[in-house]
Amino acid sequence: MKKLIIALLFALPAAAMAAGAGPHLEPANIDLNDKASLQRGARLFVNYCLSCHSAAYQRYNRMGRDIGLTEEQVAGNLLLAGDKVGETMTIAMQQADAKRWFGAPPPDLSVIARARGVDYIYTYLKTFYIDEKRPFGVNNAVFPAASMPHVLWELEGLKKAITKTEVDAQGTETTVITGYEMVRAGSMSEAEYDQAARDLTAFLTYTAEPVKLERQRLGIWVLLFLAIFFVFAYALKKEYWKDVH
Amino acid sequence: MNGMMTQLLGWVDARFPLTKMWKEHLSEYYAPKNFNFWYFFGSLALLVLVIQIVSGIFLTMSYKPDGNLAFGSVEYIMRDVDWGWLIRYTHSTGASAFFAVVYLHMFRGLMYGSYKAPRELLWIFGCLIYLALMAEAFFGYLLPWGQMSYWGAQVIVNLFSAVPFVGDELSLWIRGDFVVSDATLNRFFAFHVIAVPLVLIGLVVAHVIALHEVGSNNPDGIEIKKNKGPDGKPLDGIPFHPYYTVKDIVGVVVFLMVFFAIVFFAPEMGGFFLEHPNFEPANPLKTPLHIAPVWYFTPFYAILRAVPSIAGSAFPGVMAMGAAVVILFFLPWLDRSPVKSIRYRGLCFKVLLFLFVADFIMLGYLGMKPTTDLYKLLAQIGTVYYFVFFAALAIIPKFEKTKPVPERVTE
Amino acid sequence: MSTEGVDKGRRRFLTAATSVVGAVGAGYAITPFVMSMMPSARAQAAGAPVEADVSKLEPGQMMTVEWRGKPVWIVRRTEQNLQDLPSLDELLLDPTSDGSNQQPEYAKNPFRTREDRKDYAVLVGICTHLGCSPTYRPDIGAADLGGAEWKGGFFCPCHGSKFDLAGRVFSGVPAPKNLEVPPYMFLSETRILVGDDGGAA
Repeated sequence: MKKLIIALLFALPAAAMAAGAGPHLEPANIDLNDKASLQRGARLFVNYCLSCHSAAYQRYNRMGRDIGLTEEQVAGNLLLAGDKVGETMTIAMQQADAKRWFGAPPPDLSVIARARGVDYIYTYLKTFYIDEKRPFGVNNAVFPAASMPHVLWELEGLKKAITKTEVDAQGTETTVITGYEMVRAGSMSEAEYDQAARDLTAFLTYTAEPVKLERQRLGIWVLLFLAIFFVFAYALKKEYWKDVH
Repeated sequence: MNGMMTQLLGWVDARFPLTKMWKEHLSEYYAPKNFNFWYFFGSLALLVLVIQIVSGIFLTMSYKPDGNLAFGSVEYIMRDVDWGWLIRYTHSTGASAFFAVVYLHMFRGLMYGSYKAPRELLWIFGCLIYLALMAEAFFGYLLPWGQMSYWGAQVIVNLFSAVPFVGDELSLWIRGDFVVSDATLNRFFAFHVIAVPLVLIGLVVAHVIALHEVGSNNPDGIEIKKNKGPDGKPLDGIPFHPYYTVKDIVGVVVFLMVFFAIVFFAPEMGGFFLEHPNFEPANPLKTPLHIAPVWYFTPFYAILRAVPSIAGSAFPGVMAMGAAVVILFFLPWLDRSPVKSIRYRGLCFKVLLFLFVADFIMLGYLGMKPTTDLYKLLAQIGTVYYFVFFAALAIIPKFEKTKPVPERVTE
Repeated sequence: MSTEGVDKGRRRFLTAATSVVGAVGAGYAITPFVMSMMPSARAQAAGAPVEADVSKLEPGQMMTVEWRGKPVWIVRRTEQNLQDLPSLDELLLDPTSDGSNQQPEYAKNPFRTREDRKDYAVLVGICTHLGCSPTYRPDIGAADLGGAEWKGGFFCPCHGSKFDLAGRVFSGVPAPKNLEVPPYMFLSETRILVGDDGGAA
């Protein structure tokens, strides 16, 4: 009976996670150990995102340490004018202005990868398509009616969505995107942009929890120590309990 | 050196019952010798309480209970405070660990009839601890000031407005504002950091005193004090120290292995311990698609949603949810079977209890999901069975086929 | 239950061994909590060295910068001031700055500065008595501060302590120590970095 309860307890999370609606998300397959990828992602972030989106909880110097850059390299390549390397990645834009210009203020991206998920970010970066009805001329497959322009369009190019209409059992019609067609090429090939999106996603995943790799590393030692402690504690228990049995 | 220690101890003992307490509660406190796996969870609950208090104190050094600063202060702890991330994950994992341990501890009570005479008051203190724990978790969850924190609190506080006549005023008083706001955050901080912990500690002390007054139950449900040896000690008892101190240390180590495996490798636990929407700062103007309480509240949340509104009032649901917790207090008087332990009770009881556990888990699952017609039906069946279980306990002793209870414990 | 045939030695060993491992574990457990109370990355960033531009500082002038929440004075002494400083020794409590560790090694001289730029003094503007911030009194011969004896310096209005233009404390005043000299270095002819001396003690 005990075993059944435990088995049921473990089956629960799997079942809960299996049931989840929403657009199909492409696996990002990022590698947080790939420092080169993180560095490229950092550069993309600073050049394309940091004008509107802050990462107000991420310090430049910590980022440098974690992704393999010296303070000089960070100061020379990634710092916006006036910022110091010990400060956090804040932006000059005021919230009130942002709201007026974009409708919704661009959110801080420090922990966006934990809020939305890694695959979501990756797919989001890859599914902008032309939509004349939107204020910035683009829409997004995972975040319909996003207020964001496709900041990376120069790299990816602009594509249009190929759609088809689906009718479900109740007779309701929905438009479903089945693919994309590049209308105006960007400076990167599809594979290159794919990698760029992956790099940026990796960087955002890093910045959502900079300590992640270190905590996993430490965890191994902690569990090892506890295993050793267990041996002693168990031997001690067995010795005393000889009296009882 | 030894002589000096003995003298010092003598000096203290003449002024404070130190040795007396040591003997009474540890070295000469006799506990049944047949404690099994299910008897680890009491000491583990105490351990988790200490873990939560210590990690909580250190979090309070850097956390800011202000609507504009709270979310940022948590990230400050995670990034800028040395080892802050470890302290934070310890506290968030500890919250879930506390409930896991407490639920297993309560289940032990159900299995072995530990709530029956003379342990009714012990059980009641335990139920009060459970209530205080739920309050503590509820207040604490608002503090990170994420989307789930904010909207979870909004929904639950709004439940109080379902109370007839005084509802709206009550909600206003709890919140300190018209919606959950900075005022609410500050007072929930006060409750979480000092008010409820003091209550919890007091109740835990009372719980242990009540336990020591009557002595522990055991898996056979026998009163070991009924069979004493020539030295006046229970024949089936062993001194808590050294036998159970040494055994509990093993329990603690195994628990810490599971606990730290989670802290270091899966602190989010797939979104069950640290919910994804909570990584978005609270936004009073944007409700998340799906608000759900943390897993340990979901069975009661399912009961709340299962009961339909009557005459436009959600109060019946609130009542049912409250009754589901309160009914626990009455268990010693609902279950009149003279046989304590499941080992010697009839098949009826075993089936009922098994179904109760399955029901609690099912309700827990349903409480996490958005309502669909099927889920609502299942939740309603689950709610009915939940209360039927307690009613049945009152009835089945009349015709239950119990096994003879042995005189001495079985190993 | 029987305690016959108990191997007391084995029990003692196992208890000791488990206690030692447990104590090590306790040490590992306490360390993160204790270390978390050290200045955080944010405090360290806020306490980072501060640059001061002294290009406009005339002899006899003083400027103040904030470093780690404290006022730091940069005083450009005149030739007269520099000549006067060594003559004040009898009036001072600790003329050679031996009494306490209030300055880096390179500032242990009558001018309390680095060798190369003697005219610029860098001093923490907090009285060593009870923490008030003294006023700058460069006026030589000021009547209220001792007349001809006063060669310029700092006067703390709270309890009357006096310091010379090198921040050295006078005898017979409440303050017990010379003003603190923070680590500092010259980044260029006109820029001083307060709070960092590149490791040169």
